[in-house]
Amino acid sequence: MRPLIAHRGPVHARPVAEPARLHRDPAPSRLTYRVQRLWLTPLFRALLRVGLPSFAVIASLLWYATDEARVHALQDQVAEIRREIEDRPEFRINVLSIEGASPAVTEEVRATLALDLPISSFDIDLAALRNRVEALPPVASASVRNAGGGTLSVEITERVPALIWQSRTGTALIDAEGNFVADIAARPPTEPLPMIAGQDADLAVAEALALFEAARPLGERLRGLVRVGERRWDIVLRDGPRILLPAEAPRAALDRVLVLHDVQQILDRDLVRIDLRNPGQLTVQLTAPAMETLELQRAGLVPVGDERG
Amino acid sequence: MNLLYQSQRAMRAKREEAMRRGVIAVLDIGTFKIACLVLRFDETDITPGDGIGAMAGQAGFRVIGASTTRSRGVKFGEIDTVQETERAIRTAVQGAQKMAQTRVDHVIVALSGARPRSYGLDGEITLQTGSVEDGDIASVLAACDVPDIGHGREVLHAQPVNFSLDHRTGLSDPRGHVGSRLSVDMHLLTIEAGAIETLLHCVKRCDLDLAGLASAPYVSGISSLVEDEQELGAACIDMGGGSTSLSIFMKRHMIFADTVRMGGDHVTSDISHGLQIPMPHAERIKARFGGVMATGLDDREIIELQSETGDWHHDRRSVSRSELIGVMRPRIEEILEETRARLDAAGFDHLPSQRIVLTGGASLLPGLDGLASRILGNQVRLGRPLRVQGLPQSACGPAFSACVGLALFAAHPQDEWWDFETPADRYPARSVKRAVRWFRDNW
Repeated sequence: MRPLIAHRGPVHARPVAEPARLHRDPAPSRLTYRVQRLWLTPLFRALLRVGLPSFAVIASLLWYATDEARVHALQDQVAEIRREIEDRPEFRINVLSIEGASPAVTEEVRATLALDLPISSFDIDLAALRNRVEALPPVASASVRNAGGGTLSVEITERVPALIWQSRTGTALIDAEGNFVADIAARPPTEPLPMIAGQDADLAVAEALALFEAARPLGERLRGLVRVGERRWDIVLRDGPRILLPAEAPRAALDRVLVLHDVQQILDRDLVRIDLRNPGQLTVQLTAPAMETLELQRAGLVPVGDERG
Repeated sequence: MNLLYQSQRAMRAKREEAMRRGVIAVLDIGTFKIACLVLRFDETDITPGDGIGAMAGQAGFRVIGASTTRSRGVKFGEIDTVQETERAIRTAVQGAQKMAQTRVDHVIVALSGARPRSYGLDGEITLQTGSVEDGDIASVLAACDVPDIGHGREVLHAQPVNFSLDHRTGLSDPRGHVGSRLSVDMHLLTIEAGAIETLLHCVKRCDLDLAGLASAPYVSGISSLVEDEQELGAACIDMGGGSTSLSIFMKRHMIFADTVRMGGDHVTSDISHGLQIPMPHAERIKARFGGVMATGLDDREIIELQSETGDWHHDRRSVSRSELIGVMRPRIEEILEETRARLDAAGFDHLPSQRIVLTGGASLLPGLDGLASRILGNQVRLGRPLRVQGLPQSACGPAFSACVGLALFAAHPQDEWWDFETPADRYPARSVKRAVRWFRDNW
């Protein structure tokens, strides 16, 4: 049976209509008002728009820089990027062209440069390469430049051998300034060169060349010059006396000998040496048979002047 | 009186500071609306010259921000609810600042209510030297015997109006003149001190510095009377929302100011009472259909009334426009008659010129000039404030005459009592006395 007394649920209070709130005109709160005033302050604005971002940037940079590992990583990264750019084919050098040198010198220069081609042009120090090439004896001057298109161009001016210098250590070729060019065995001269000998003969090459020029009338008879005592020259002939030139004015002395030769064929005579070291007097040393003949002549045993024929 | 000197001088100093900064705000706290203008003072001062008039001093500044908000918490031109007024001031100042894109710290405020009372003072001295010096003016101002202004009242304006030297009168600046007896007429305007303190509190709560106080009838007279009216004598009647203030100008000086504590809001409340509609709607139909002169055509113009009582028949009534005018007119007449009484009390009849200028928001009522000329005399015109540079179109109406006048006042304040140095013979005696008292108190 249904209960007669109806069970009512809990009595719900009806929602009371809220009293219409007093209409208030909109107005900024004190905080909003102050914030807006602050924002309209020029100094504050400048601080916020310029000062704050720059401060943030500087602070973050400083914070980043405090950690060494991170800085190193950054540096490595930069170096790697740089490396990548340098290794691009546009900057690569593939060919080494050497011009103006004989094949032997070319090989020598190539060996001296010792470039591990291909190589990036950033890794090449052109000035250092030039110094290294110019340090080579047979090279008078060199210019090294990046010719573009992957070519390193080396232009070489070779030293020209002017004399053969015979010394105690060996026989070498030297140029007109006395610089060592090459060993004579390494580079046999293609044409006959005048020869000098003696210690420090290479220091007076200019004088020697002048003497060779003056002694041209002697032609094939001239064997060479010998430096004596590091101060004066001896002229050595193939068949004839040895001419001892003075330290002062050797050329004049040589001219004198040549004049004597023209007039009296002094060089064809039976002499060991012609001594011009004393500018006042010319001394000759006779060979042993000539001396004998002279003594016979002085004794009257042999008539004078026959030997001329 | 010394306290007055100090506070007024402090306000002048703040005004100078604002001038140096170049930005100042003017705030007109009215019963119906609160308006704020932000002025920027430029160095370029246009001097009157060929083709350029004196421009009434409005050339030196430019309005860069203007904002108006509905006033709340103001009654009869006095602050009634401080918090509400503070919110309204904040709204207005914030809007003007936003438009100007700059922050203002100094504000000059106009007060329309607070029962202003005018006094005419005079003082006379015998000149020590033959000619009038700066010190003599200060002395003659100090020689004015101040009437008993009553307890709890504060001096708002104290302007020297007229100087006379021996038998000559009407001198605006007697300095350099030769004579023996110098006398001055001064106009003193006092208002209730409580109103100033409440205002100060509100302004301070808005983080602003008060750089000056002015009476609303005075500043609306500055802006809406043209130059010859100010010179020859005229009355400016500023019909505001809560009060109708009147000021009489003569020889470019205000010589009288008073307030009738009735205004446009009372008309609105009459409509609301008479037609049994809510105030906002009453305000709206007053502004839209209101008038003071009923014509035959107005009988046929039917106005729908709206109210939200829930009673269908009550909510859907309609009245003719002439009925509305019939509700409004007695109150307008009452206001104008009261104004007439105040003018008569001030002796306006005896002035050489009887011009009356109606301005203020309530003067926008159509047909008011006709009604006013019946009550106030036939030289009545409707006045609009002077055009100043940069003022938005919406703030050019007569409702803003006090606001614009305040801007002119901020640019070129009139010399007041406290702008002259205190005469030397009064100052040291008191300070010595104070020093002695300080010693006695502290040692």
